[in-house]
Amino acid sequence: MKSKIFLCVSALFFVTVSLSPAETTLKKASFMPQWLPQSQFAGYYVAYEKGIYKKYGLDITIIQGGPDTRPVQMLEEGDVDFVTLWLSTAIRENDRGRKIVSIAQVIQKSALMLIAKKSSGIFKPGDINDKKVSLWDDIFQIQPREFFKKFRLDVTIVPQSYSVNLFLRDGVDVASAMWYNEYHTILNCGYEPDELTTFFYYDYGLNFPEDGIYAREDYFEEDPELCRSFAEASLEGWEYAFEHPEEALDIIIKYMEAAHIPANRVHQRWMLERIKDLMTDGSSAKPSGKLSENDYTYVSDCLKQSGLVDCVPGFSDFYRGAR
Amino acid sequence: MIKRKSIAFKLIVYILISCSALFLGIFWYNYLFSKKIITENISENAKNLTRATVNEIDSILYRIQKVPEVVAAALERGSFDKDELMNMLYAAIESNPEIYGGTISFEPYVFDSELLYFAPYYYKKDGKMELTYLGGESYQYFYLDWYQIPKELKKPAWSEPYYDEGGGNILMATYSVPFYREVDRQRKFMGVVTADVSLIWLQEMIASIKIAKSGYGFLISKNGTFVTHPYNKLIMNETIFSAAEESNNGQLREIGRSMVKGKSDFVPFISMVNEKNSWLSYAPLASSGWSLGVIFPRGELLSDINRLNRVVLLLGFFGSVILFIILLFIAVSITRPIKILADTTRGIGKGNFDFDLCGIKSRDEVGMLAESFVYMRDSLKKYIRDLTETTAVKERMQSELRIAHDIQMGIVPKIFPPFPDRPEFDIYAILEPAKEVGGDFYDFFFMDDEKFCFVVGDVSGKGVPASLLMAITKTLIKTMSKGAAGPNEILSRVNKEIAHDNESSMFITIACGILNMKTGELLYSSGGHPMPLVIRSGGDCDFLKSDTDIVVGIKEDAVYRNNKTYLSPGDVICLYTDGITEAMNKKDELFDEARLKETVDGARGGSIREIVLDIRSKIKEFSEGMPQADDITLLVIKYSGVNEGRKM
Repeated sequence: MKSKIFLCVSALFFVTVSLSPAETTLKKASFMPQWLPQSQFAGYYVAYEKGIYKKYGLDITIIQGGPDTRPVQMLEEGDVDFVTLWLSTAIRENDRGRKIVSIAQVIQKSALMLIAKKSSGIFKPGDINDKKVSLWDDIFQIQPREFFKKFRLDVTIVPQSYSVNLFLRDGVDVASAMWYNEYHTILNCGYEPDELTTFFYYDYGLNFPEDGIYAREDYFEEDPELCRSFAEASLEGWEYAFEHPEEALDIIIKYMEAAHIPANRVHQRWMLERIKDLMTDGSSAKPSGKLSENDYTYVSDCLKQSGLVDCVPGFSDFYRGAR
Repeated sequence: MIKRKSIAFKLIVYILISCSALFLGIFWYNYLFSKKIITENISENAKNLTRATVNEIDSILYRIQKVPEVVAAALERGSFDKDELMNMLYAAIESNPEIYGGTISFEPYVFDSELLYFAPYYYKKDGKMELTYLGGESYQYFYLDWYQIPKELKKPAWSEPYYDEGGGNILMATYSVPFYREVDRQRKFMGVVTADVSLIWLQEMIASIKIAKSGYGFLISKNGTFVTHPYNKLIMNETIFSAAEESNNGQLREIGRSMVKGKSDFVPFISMVNEKNSWLSYAPLASSGWSLGVIFPRGELLSDINRLNRVVLLLGFFGSVILFIILLFIAVSITRPIKILADTTRGIGKGNFDFDLCGIKSRDEVGMLAESFVYMRDSLKKYIRDLTETTAVKERMQSELRIAHDIQMGIVPKIFPPFPDRPEFDIYAILEPAKEVGGDFYDFFFMDDEKFCFVVGDVSGKGVPASLLMAITKTLIKTMSKGAAGPNEILSRVNKEIAHDNESSMFITIACGILNMKTGELLYSSGGHPMPLVIRSGGDCDFLKSDTDIVVGIKEDAVYRNNKTYLSPGDVICLYTDGITEAMNKKDELFDEARLKETVDGARGGSIREIVLDIRSKIKEFSEGMPQADDITLLVIKYSGVNEGRKM
């Protein structure tokens, strides 16, 4: 009995003592996801809201991303300390002379895909020949172009904007989509999955791992501990989000409403579930967060071959996260 | 089980069940039929309302469409310098109050070979016209829906609704018209003309749709996005499909698919506002391809008919209660008298005639039955009273007859042997009347020490009159025998006495004999009586050959003769009445004299008592159970003679 009381008292003492200096010693840092709040970034918002960053000794400010923000530029100019980027974007930015390093590869599999309506007579890759395909710009075109090359397809490419309306109105036959986003949007415009033909680049050996966490190289070298803590705390936030999806959805929808963007819970739930599929191997809710050297080499080679980059940093220079 | 229940119970149960079933059947048919009619009316009205609303919206949208279409047509026809172009756009936007803003956006380097972007945009701000130029690295309008869709589809198109970026929660939609120009004989896409339209009026118009209390209208875009809905959270956030996914409602998804495909229908629906059963009527806007849905709350629209049905049901229930009470009254009024009658009948069975049926007052069939009961009781009472009296009379008569029988039997001597001190003869007789009393008789007595008189008579007729005459005759014979020389004198005297005042014309056959014990001389006289049978000790057995005279009591001056014979010791004389010889069997055969003779002859060895009993049993045997028709009398005398008798 005595020992229990002692424990309680000492625990109280410990909490009081450890909290007050902790607040003073929290390291400040800022983070910006590459797009507007949505379940694609649930883990970071959850880590923030659930005090996981604080637990890791971090005082994180989340800056809202979106179409009008330029994460890499802001990173370079020191407006933000951590951003999420696609692996391919990060490799290209290095080639352009911006020294940024990966501290975690969050999404392991590519969610990028092509979608066609079966009513357009498209059932297999070969059917895409001579069709109108809408593609997003920039690095979103690397995988599709590899795909067209692989199947020797001659297509008319139409630039694709943020919506899939052009595809829905039959302006194009095939559209680009993210599995966790546009694909579900199309389903929620009344299409049945069996009315659609899908082509996942991942299934055709064209895996470009997507979202990863990046920092400037010099920032990393200044305080690697801070960077690794941020990566670990973020992954813990993701784990919590996958284990408590409805709570995570409450959090993300709160941010979406604050940002005045349409918040559709069903859609966000779908997105969170798919992100989980893309981040984990399915056996547990814990994301690995590691970048595989194979994936890095494959993406680098593709970028070089397509002429988008000339020079690629060594794997260990590029990836500074947990191994 | 029900078989054991009372009539009242059965009557009530059967009638109540049948009436209730009939009522429910009629009610149910009425309910279904009226509901069908009302539903059809609602369906028709719903379609009309939806069509009218859609037409109204379309007429406004068509009017708006005209503006960019006219501009685009002008652009296709002629070439304009920048001022002309700007003036035209300005005029188009300014003069149309529904249009919030508009642009003429060109393909890269088409309007000016040095300009990648050329898209002047006029819009209204605080009632003033403002100008801005669209396009830039962060706003590459070529790739935006409002530009790309009409370009790729080569036809005008309405955009999906969107919120005005300039803030304020204004819902907008853009109508874009592509325009072309002939270049090198080819129709070349040049750009699009757009009109941005505030959809506030559309929201207001649809919000004003109120059907009963909770009916509402909603509008979904081509993608199924809610444009208007009373549930604000859905607007622009959800499509009808995501709402279906959220509520796991497959039917809603199917309806959504039908709506975005531009179909019209009237279908059962669960209201998304209060989750009650409703109908949904939907129809597409011809202009934009959006779809208007109107919810018709079923319960509220059917509330009148439902209320009516509740009232009818309630009336039916009360009707049944009243019917129950009436049935109870009728059943009790029928069965109570029946029960009284049943109890009364049981009482009657036990002999209780003093019942009162005053409780039964009805004049119906049951009342008639009760009256009949009273009548039956009275009849029975009277009958029983009569019967009692009759029985008493009969019993008295029976008793009197029994007494008469005893008296009659007492008249004739019945102690045998009657003269035990006279060994010269032996005598035995029986008299068996067919009824209680009869007309036969026999008698014997000594007239003096030697002369023994014996007589057998048979009065005509039977019963009491005959027995009375027999008693008289017997008494007369005994009286008249005093001093008579022979049996003929006895008969004459008796005949005179009886025939003198014989108003009833009854007569008697009489056989009378006087046997001299000393000599064996037998004087015998017959008044119409059968001849006696004589069994000679020597072996002969035959009827006595003698004259017979007229029956006694008919002719006052009738003459009777004596017949004379002698009996030897051992001879037997047998006198009888016609009850013996005329005894009949079932074949209507008579016992007759021959059988009598045979019987007597056969019994000759025995004592006279045995002879008598033998004859009697033979007759019984012969008649085979036939009832005795006439009185039977047998008198047998065996003469033993003076000396013989002594010896014996």
